[in-house]
Formats: sequence, structure tokens, C-alpha cells
Amino acid sequence: MIEIRNLQKHFVTKDVNVHAVNDVSLKVEEGEIYGIIGYSGAGKSSLVRCINFLEYPESGSITIKGFGTIESDNGVLYRTDGGQKTRIKEKDLRNLRRSIGMIFQLFNLMDRSTVFDNIAYPLKYTGLSKEEIEEKVNKLLKLVDLEEKRDSYPGQLSGGQKQRVAIARALANDPKILLSDEATSALDPDATESILKLLKDLNKQLGITIVLITHEMAVIKQIADKVAVMEDGKVVEEGEVYEIFSDPKAEITRKFVETSSGLEKINKLIENRTVDLNNSDGRKLIKLTFTKDSVGEALISKVSRDYNVDISIVLANVDIVAENALGGIIADISGKPEDVNEALDYISSNGVRVEVIGR
Amino acid sequence: MNEILNKLMPNVMNYMDRFVESLSATFQMFFIAGLITLLIGGCFGILLVITRPDGIKPNRFVHTLLEIVTNVFRSIPFIILLIFLIPFTRVITGTSIGVKGAIVPLVFGAVPFFTRQVESALSDVNPGKIEAARAMGSGIPGIIFRVYLKEALPDLIRVITITAISTIGLTTSAGAVGAGGIGSFAINYGQNMHYEDIVNLCVILLLIIVSIIQIIGNTLSRKATNKKLFEK
Repeated sequence: MIEIRNLQKHFVTKDVNVHAVNDVSLKVEEGEIYGIIGYSGAGKSSLVRCINFLEYPESGSITIKGFGTIESDNGVLYRTDGGQKTRIKEKDLRNLRRSIGMIFQLFNLMDRSTVFDNIAYPLKYTGLSKEEIEEKVNKLLKLVDLEEKRDSYPGQLSGGQKQRVAIARALANDPKILLSDEATSALDPDATESILKLLKDLNKQLGITIVLITHEMAVIKQIADKVAVMEDGKVVEEGEVYEIFSDPKAEITRKFVETSSGLEKINKLIENRTVDLNNSDGRKLIKLTFTKDSVGEALISKVSRDYNVDISIVLANVDIVAENALGGIIADISGKPEDVNEALDYISSNGVRVEVIGR
Repeated sequence: MNEILNKLMPNVMNYMDRFVESLSATFQMFFIAGLITLLIGGCFGILLVITRPDGIKPNRFVHTLLEIVTNVFRSIPFIILLIFLIPFTRVITGTSIGVKGAIVPLVFGAVPFFTRQVESALSDVNPGKIEAARAMGSGIPGIIFRVYLKEALPDLIRVITITAISTIGLTTSAGAVGAGGIGSFAINYGQNMHYEDIVNLCVILLLIIVSIIQIIGNTLSRKATNKKLFEK
């Protein structure tokens, strides 16, 4: 659906030169929800704005299904289909933007227009008659469940409702792709939940491909199929959401995964010395990660019996990631050192990832 | 009725013809110069905003040029501008006196002021809205008319009101150098002939005109703001 190759983008301001997007390549399949996560300044906003060319990349190319390949040569855009290289017109880009929906963190609705007129905005001057626009908008209002707010102004709506209007507006031209720029970051937890659910439903019902950027791992966990982790303009890790959560490789990915897992509390406990790492004679603090294949086995009690070790659970947590269970336990294991080691080996051999946090 | 007026302001009644003439000259200057200012200043204001480095059509040359022209003419006091522009006015309108001769300096005096006001009103439009419009495929005309002008309308009405009031002020100054209008009426008949009732009437009249403009502006601006927007 979208294929990005070797994209580069700099920002030059008075005193700094920011390498916002640094050689990024990624592929978004049709019908997928593709999450891009990173701290602010990681380049994810720039990356997503390159997809609909709100920002022009300096080099690299983007292929969008139904639109062909656009290549950037020093910030000048060319269409490179069939071996020919022709300069792309602003008008073509406007058509492309019309076929890609976009929603924003702060909604960006027109305050002086009613909900109806906001949703009708992209439909005007597209050749549709007044009746067709009316019919279309009503359908969209129904889709986002805001029929009764038709004649309200954005100022009268809650954050969640505003984002629904923005979603309806983004869908007005029946796009195949929806770009979401931190769409839930300004919302309260309830509204976040309902917007994420709406996005997921739209993805399933309409088959729309969604590229969403966020700094919250919880959002990725809840609706994304794939995720790319960005840091300093680069994609440092990419893959299926469940894989990334159960086995994060890059340091920053670990951090993100921790923020959305209940197990991060262990760091606090260690800091506060509620859990003491130094009081050790054969004791180890371990972290066990149970992936979807190993969740639900009575492993702990079995190990404790068979290997003559004591296991006391400090923290335990089961997450739902990409609609699958992902379990984690932090436990204190004690016994003879060789027994402990054998027990850990046994646990590992059962498909559970074992990490020793402290001696 | 006539008797009372004759008693209150005998000199005004004596020069009634000149007074009506002056009033009409003031309105002519105001409307013609105002309309031209609205168009030119409006365009300049829009151009300043869109040609900014972060605008929708960055253009360093146009932007810098407009900045300089606006700043230069804004810093010249109007009374000096009037004199300075006399040769230029003669070339354009054929005369430097009367209503015709006043239009050119009035436009030069009001346009830079209005340009800045429009620029500041449009700059207040949230850039997010511009970005959303771009993302929906709007081009430059679409963004100007459907986002900038539409979203900034209450502010634009406010700055048009301010400019209108200041233009009234300018027309009276123009009167000092032979433009006619209420300003010159007050100077020639009120000040020079010591007819105090004429000065007083001019003051009251200007007060009324300015108040009417202010009231109309406030009403329209409030209407355009739409109170509903700010309820929660």
C-alpha cells in the first residue's frame, strides 16, 4: 500500500540543523494498522507528513498504491513510473492528498463552521451536487455516531467528539489510507478508548490502511498490527506488535514496552529498597516473559517442586497485546545455586524468556 | 426649530451650504479611499502572510519588498506624507486639491496601517487549520478564502473598523492642505473666523460618525464571532 525507501529530511532553522528523517525505509501493507512510535523530536511527524507530501523529502521515494512512485531529488518531486522521470505538479499532489485522510492531535477543525460544514469541507469543489454532499455528510455523521451534533460548532463539542468530526472529515473522500498524527494524545482515557475503537472498526469495516504515530505504547498495544520504533530520525526496530512487545531488542523499545507494562514498578521498588537485591545467598530476582504459546501453564509451582527452589512472586501482569495475551512475572527465586540455575534452564526450555534482574 | 438652531449656532446656519458640501466631501473621501484601502491593504496583508518563510507560498522577494514599503510609509507622519505626495498625486489625478487630490495620500496613509492589521489578524489563525486544509487538498486560493479569511472574519471586521475610524481622522488632516471636507470647514470657518459654534459642531459630528462606525463594527464582529463557539 505504502512503500517508503531511503527517505531523508532535514530541517534547517537559524542555529540547528535537525536530521528529522534519516534513511527510513518501511512498507505498510494494505489493510494494516501501522504504528510509528517515538519520543517527540524523533522524526515521526515529519515522516508521516512526507507520505502525503505536506513536507517534501530531500531524497528517497514513496510508492503509494493507485498513485505510483514519487521520487525526491534534492527536494524536487518526480514521478518515476515506467522508467520515465517527470516533474510532479502541485495539482497532482493535491489530488494525492485528497485521497489520503489525515487526523491531528488538536483536531484542527474550522471553528467558525458547523460540524456539517467541517465534514463537507473536502467535498466542496469536487463536482458533487449539494444533495450528494448532504447525503455523504449525513452518512459520515452516522458512521462516527454524531448525527445529533450536525449543526453544532466545534467549540460546543468535547475533545472526543471533535476528533470524531475530524475523522469523518478525513474520510469524506473515501480515502484508502488514513494518517493519524497523535490523534489520541490530547484526549482523556475514555475518549482515547472510544477513538481507538472507532479507528479499529473503520479499519475492519472499510479496510482502510491506517498509519498512526504516537508516543504512547498503550495505543500501539491496543490497535496496531505492526510497529516501527523511531529514534533520532531512524527506525531502530520494526515488526509485528506482539513480537516487539514480547522481545524488544533496542534499548528505546524496551523503555517503551516497560512504560505500558505493569512490571515497570519493579524499578521503583528496587529504588526504594522495598525489594532488596543485596541480601543474597543464592537468591535471584528474575523476570519471566510468557508469550502467547506459554501463557497459562502451571510452570512456577512445577519448577518449585521439581527443583527444590523457592519462588516468591513480586509482581505479575498479563497484557493484551494485539489481541493476544502477554504475561510477565517478576519473582524472587532462592535455593542452592545449582538448583536455581537448573530451574532457570528448565523455564527457558519451556518457551518462557528469563532475564535475571539482580543476583 | 429653525429659530432654535439659529440661536444655538448662528454661523453654521449662515454657512449651511458650505457645511453640507464639506460633509459630502468627507464622505466621498472616506468611502473612495476606504474602498481602495480595503482592497489594496487586504491584498498586501494576505500576501505578507502567505509569502512568509513558513507561509503557504514562501517568497522572500515579495515579502521583504512589502515589509519595507509598509514600514517606510507607516513611519512618515500623515501631514508630511500629504505634502510629499503632491507631485505624484498631480500625475495620477491631475490635481492635488479637493476630494480628488486627497484620495491618493489617504490611500498611502491608510494602506500600510491596514496591511499590518490584516497581517496580524490572519497570523492569529491556528497553523493547524492551514495544515488540515492542505492535507485535504486545498490549494492556495482555497486556503486564503476558506481558512484564512473565513476563520479570521471577526478579527478582520474589527481591524476594518479601526482602520475606518483612523481614515476619518486622516480625511480631516487632509483638509488642512486643501482637501475640503469637515476638517477644512472647521479650520477655515471655525478656527480662522473664530466661529466657535462651527468647531463645536464639527467635533460633535465627528464623534457621531466615529461612534456609528464603531457600533456597526462591534455588532458585525460579534455576530461573526458567534457566541456559541465559546460555550462549552
